[in-house]
Amino acid sequence: MRLLRLVRVRSTSFFWARLRWVISVFLLLFAITSQAEYGVNMTPGVTDISQSVYSLHMIIFWICVVIGIVVFSVMFWSMFKYRKSQGAKPAQFHESTTVEIIWTLIPIIILVAMAVPATSTLKEMYDVSESDIDIKITGYQWKWQYEYINDDVSFFSNLSTPQEQINNEATKGEHYLLEVDEPLVIPINKKIRFLVTANDVIHSWWVPAFAVKKDAIPGFINEAWTKVNEPGIYRGQCAELCGKDHGFMPIVVKAVEEPEYQAWLAAKQEKAKAEALLASQVWSMEDLMAKGEEVYNTSCAACHQQNGMGIPPAFPGLKGSAIAIGPIEAHIDIVVNGKPGTAMQAFAAQLSDVDLAAVITYERNAWENNTGDTVSPQDIAKAKGN
Amino acid sequence: MSAVVESELKEDNHHGPATGIGRWLFTTNHKDIGSMYLWFSFAMFLVGGCMALTIRAELFQPGLQIIDPGFFNQMTTMHGLIMVFGAVMPAFVGLANWLIPMMIGAPDMALPRMNNWSFWILPFAFTMLLSTLFMEGGAPNFGWTFYAPLSTTYAPPSVTYFIFGVHMMGISSIMGAINVIATILNMRAPGMSYMKMPLFVWTWLITAFLLIAVMPVLAGVVTMMLMDIHFGTSFFNAAGGGDPVLFQHVFWFFGHPEVYIMILPAFGVVSQIIPTFSRKKLFGYHSMVWATSSIALLSFLVWAHHMFTVGIPLFGELFFMYATMLIAVPTGVKVFNWVATMFKGSISFETPMLFSIAFVILFSIGGFSGLMLAIAPSDFQYHDTYFVVAHFHYVLVPGAIFGIFAAVYYWLPKWCGNMYSETLGKTHFWLSFVGMNLAFFPMHFLGLAGMPRRIPDYALQFADFNWISSVGAFMFGFTQLLFLYIVISTIRSGSKATAAVWESAEGLEWTIPSPAPYHTFTTPPEVK
Repeated sequence: MRLLRLVRVRSTSFFWARLRWVISVFLLLFAITSQAEYGVNMTPGVTDISQSVYSLHMIIFWICVVIGIVVFSVMFWSMFKYRKSQGAKPAQFHESTTVEIIWTLIPIIILVAMAVPATSTLKEMYDVSESDIDIKITGYQWKWQYEYINDDVSFFSNLSTPQEQINNEATKGEHYLLEVDEPLVIPINKKIRFLVTANDVIHSWWVPAFAVKKDAIPGFINEAWTKVNEPGIYRGQCAELCGKDHGFMPIVVKAVEEPEYQAWLAAKQEKAKAEALLASQVWSMEDLMAKGEEVYNTSCAACHQQNGMGIPPAFPGLKGSAIAIGPIEAHIDIVVNGKPGTAMQAFAAQLSDVDLAAVITYERNAWENNTGDTVSPQDIAKAKGN
Repeated sequence: MSAVVESELKEDNHHGPATGIGRWLFTTNHKDIGSMYLWFSFAMFLVGGCMALTIRAELFQPGLQIIDPGFFNQMTTMHGLIMVFGAVMPAFVGLANWLIPMMIGAPDMALPRMNNWSFWILPFAFTMLLSTLFMEGGAPNFGWTFYAPLSTTYAPPSVTYFIFGVHMMGISSIMGAINVIATILNMRAPGMSYMKMPLFVWTWLITAFLLIAVMPVLAGVVTMMLMDIHFGTSFFNAAGGGDPVLFQHVFWFFGHPEVYIMILPAFGVVSQIIPTFSRKKLFGYHSMVWATSSIALLSFLVWAHHMFTVGIPLFGELFFMYATMLIAVPTGVKVFNWVATMFKGSISFETPMLFSIAFVILFSIGGFSGLMLAIAPSDFQYHDTYFVVAHFHYVLVPGAIFGIFAAVYYWLPKWCGNMYSETLGKTHFWLSFVGMNLAFFPMHFLGLAGMPRRIPDYALQFADFNWISSVGAFMFGFTQLLFLYIVISTIRSGSKATAAVWESAEGLEWTIPSPAPYHTFTTPPEVK
């Protein structure tokens, strides 16, 4: 347990402000005016499917409300009318087959009425045929990889909220915990098929505005699809407990018009080429360190901490560690191939040779490790065996 | 020798309770064992509650304040495991031990020596489970559902202790269930046909069969995990040809009936209490028995509704959706019957009745959200969000736990011979009621607005409802210390209770003196 930063002392005004807020919210709840503002309900979303799911949700909700009102009113009326303190004398009846048959049949009819629209919506959700674009989504602890199967584009999407905000050392941004370094970009009005899988444990890819939630299961590929009606930025989160940073694995989807999508795709392909070129260049220590710090903070800091201290014993510190100041080959090996049976994953597929070279150089020289070693992208390529 | 002396000698031959610690260690008396189960369960309720409060303290505000995410996951996991296996299940077994023999006119449980065993396994199982908190790598951190491969390939080393702990709890539950079945089938007083048994006995009989059917499945799944971790098998490892979804199928084949194991005895409890305080016979006794059995049978057919998002085929999805929706019918019948029992009664509001009324209302709300969850397309939106957390806490806190509170207030005078303080009891009820709703109602909103469950930190739009929820949780949690005080002070003092205790309570347990003698019904009563 890390008993750090005990609850920051809040001024008493905080308490009173909140109390006033609570009272006003309860009043508002009865007025049913401010539903959207405080997020008390599901939203209709931006796809045809999400809209039918929303209306399905509202239908069941209102059916439940009506049943609840009927049953509870009878109950409260009985409690009010037949109180012992009012001198009520108990009746003697305790059976009526007719009544019991009626209140078995009525719920069955209501259930059938619910099942009909639910069935047709479900059928539609399962129809993954005739897609325009196929995107493979892979869940990793704790990031998402997106591969545009037919367009040769692939990248990772990491949480971009700075650690300082999470640790309450900086003011939290507007999209706290719901922002990523590289969002998934898709065109609107196109049927997009998602092929969902995972690399390590089970994750679940969920974007509420699309009404898409599909488990990402290692060894299996699940299918889901969406067709977005409006351009915009849509946010979601991983919805299956996947380990320590399950809460820090957001999903951001940017839905854009077709031309913008094409431009983005072209730029992405261009950038991939440029990166391949970078791997063959000679890198200076400064450049490696600068790049390495950036990579470290997105890919390593969640476990090993920004200050290299780790969270022992599960996540060892790197400052002065045997790996980080020991033989360089062992260091490259553990970052590239991971350590089986631990949370240390193989980064070979996740990071480019340049990123790997930079981050290992960074780890060997940051936090007073000062080995003076530099690792080049070529060293990495050699270690990978290509 | 006169007849009087003879009977006195006979009294002498009766063994009273032994003295000292031996009374509790070696006892085979159903009342002693029932009490031990209840105290153990309450201790676990407080331990699991402290974990819940740790979770709520961390979630009080956005950002990480008190604990790190790894420990947060250990807390959610242990909270779930302890509340399910340590608090709710043993409490119901405790009630069964105390009440079933007294309700059916039996002198004790059918297998008293095994009864002693099935209790004493539990403290060891939970010591083992709790000790994992102090182990290297920490306690289990993969959720109470422990989905593979997070709980196999990626688990802390303490998972092996967890597996053995689960095995021991399972053994204890199965022995308890065998005992309940043997007692009810064989030891009913002459004249007590099945259709004359009190509903609490009926619900426990059905629960016991559920336990025997599914605990071996749980044992199976943890054994498969053990094999995967230590013996190189690949049941759940896709890389070795296994299937992570297989874990979920096996787990939920146990797990879904398990939720009914935690609720059916509570159905029985309120079916005893509501007629008493409505001064009217239970409406539709036969349909109550029928409904309970149907719920139990259906519970075996719906396990995959916990897995709508794992990618089961459309046909499977539809089958599990329809079957799940169907459970609403017998459950509805039960609720309607309780309401009809109150209708035209002569209702008074003693503490057990308050808890029972709250049970009916809040459990129905939990049932409504359950019905919403049954609809597969909208389940995609609710699944693994706080909506689900709200749903199952609405079923389990006012359902199982309020049911247990109601039972304790209702039968406590019979157990210890003293009346509890009605004022304090009502205070306990209202604080619990308000705290519980404050804690869990806002979670519906959080879930619908998109907050996933099991996250240690959340986006800013969820801050306000989390704040309310935490305040409610602390209120509910600390109120339970009042309950402890009430129970202890009732045992120690309080006005003497009569044999019947309540004005119009029916059942054999009210024919014996309060407190119930150490040995009851040595000659079986005749039931007409």
